Amino acid sequence: MKIVAGVIVALLAVAHVGAASSVAVGIEEFKFTPPVLAVPVGTTVTWINHDEEPHTITSANGAFGSTGLSHEDTFAQAFIRPGRYEYFCALHPHMKAIVIVK
Amino acid sequence: MDRIDRRGFMECMAWAGTGLVWVSTGGVLSSRVIAPAAAAEATPGRFSFVQISDTHIGFKGQANGDPTATLQQVVDRVNALQPAPAFVLHTGDQTHGQKAGAFDTVAEILKGVKTERIFYVPGEHDVFLDGGQEYLGRYGKGTVGGRGWQSFDYKGSHFVGLVNVLKYKGEGMGALGEDQIEWLERDLAPLSPSTPVVVFSHVPLWAVYPQWGWTTEDAGRALVHLKRFSSVTVLNGHIHQVLQKVEGNVRFHTAMSTAFPQPAPGTAPAPGPMKIAEADARRMIGVTEVTYVPGQHPLAVVDSTLG
Repeated sequence: MKIVAGVIVALLAVAHVGAASSVAVGIEEFKFTPPVLAVPVGTTVTWINHDEEPHTITSANGAFGSTGLSHEDTFAQAFIRPGRYEYFCALHPHMKAIVIVK
Repeated sequence: MDRIDRRGFMECMAWAGTGLVWVSTGGVLSSRVIAPAAAAEATPGRFSFVQISDTHIGFKGQANGDPTATLQQVVDRVNALQPAPAFVLHTGDQTHGQKAGAFDTVAEILKGVKTERIFYVPGEHDVFLDGGQEYLGRYGKGTVGGRGWQSFDYKGSHFVGLVNVLKYKGEGMGALGEDQIEWLERDLAPLSPSTPVVVFSHVPLWAVYPQWGWTTEDAGRALVHLKRFSSVTVLNGHIHQVLQKVEGNVRFHTAMSTAFPQPAPGTAPAPGPMKIAEADARRMIGVTEVTYVPGQHPLAVVDSTLG
């Protein structure tokens, strides 16, 4: 499973993540980093807001969503099904990113 | 609407926080140092009001560890004005991200303002979590259809409060929406062109810096209805700094926050609270006083900082 996931991620040429069960996405200067994150099924993604401005993690299709995250607040979401999960910040909708679950 | 050019922008920035009265004669701006309020007090029909903006209660950061204290300072300053302001406009972002209890804190502090009434429009921080449910529950009463926008008359001037944060999608710009623009057209229709009009909303009704969402995408469709008036003043918040622009008969003005400054457009990687020492931030936060003097077309707008 680990090897398969690694191959897929390498082919996609996006943020490289192994089969770790937990992955972090940073929010800084009004940007999600990495903006494209590929993870294997079963991964929990944790966002942390380093800005003093609040941000949200809001799924484009309503699949998941946080409330406003204050400075250094975190939000965690487990991804149990494959798919492309686009999300944005409800307070700053130009902040867009995606989690790709394989 | 025109984008502000760099030269125009630098001029505007030179005005920030200087505490000057701006007077326009024949479209040319000139300035003078703030005259003692008492000097103009005797003019019949004169009145003043105050704009408070971006109180961001719930914020805690490098530039301000306690925005309740700076808001209280602003209230104390307003209460020292002679004569007292006829009313106060709060141009939104009362809360920092709808932090629990923040609306109550703002209401409690603003209870102490010595004025007849406070009018509100929402900022995106006040409505983004619940689509405006809490805000409209508190401040929707008496507004058009309970949707937050409203107009009123005071001593021959017409005031319009617009909501441009409830359709805050896409690129993160403000928007008014069709219903509100149609209402505005009907609202202004009976007025004579000589009626002074003041429009207030949270997000600027001019393209300050669209890259940061500092504009209202359909503002032009609202402003077209204001063209026939000889004196229009547009008061906005959102960008936490004083910027001013004159376009024909319309004077645009943005207010400082009472909580923290934001960077000048394009001078930082992103908008948001500036990370500077509190003492420096005090020189970039404050309050706006606006005075109407009969016979003088432009309203006098005076910004004063806390530091």
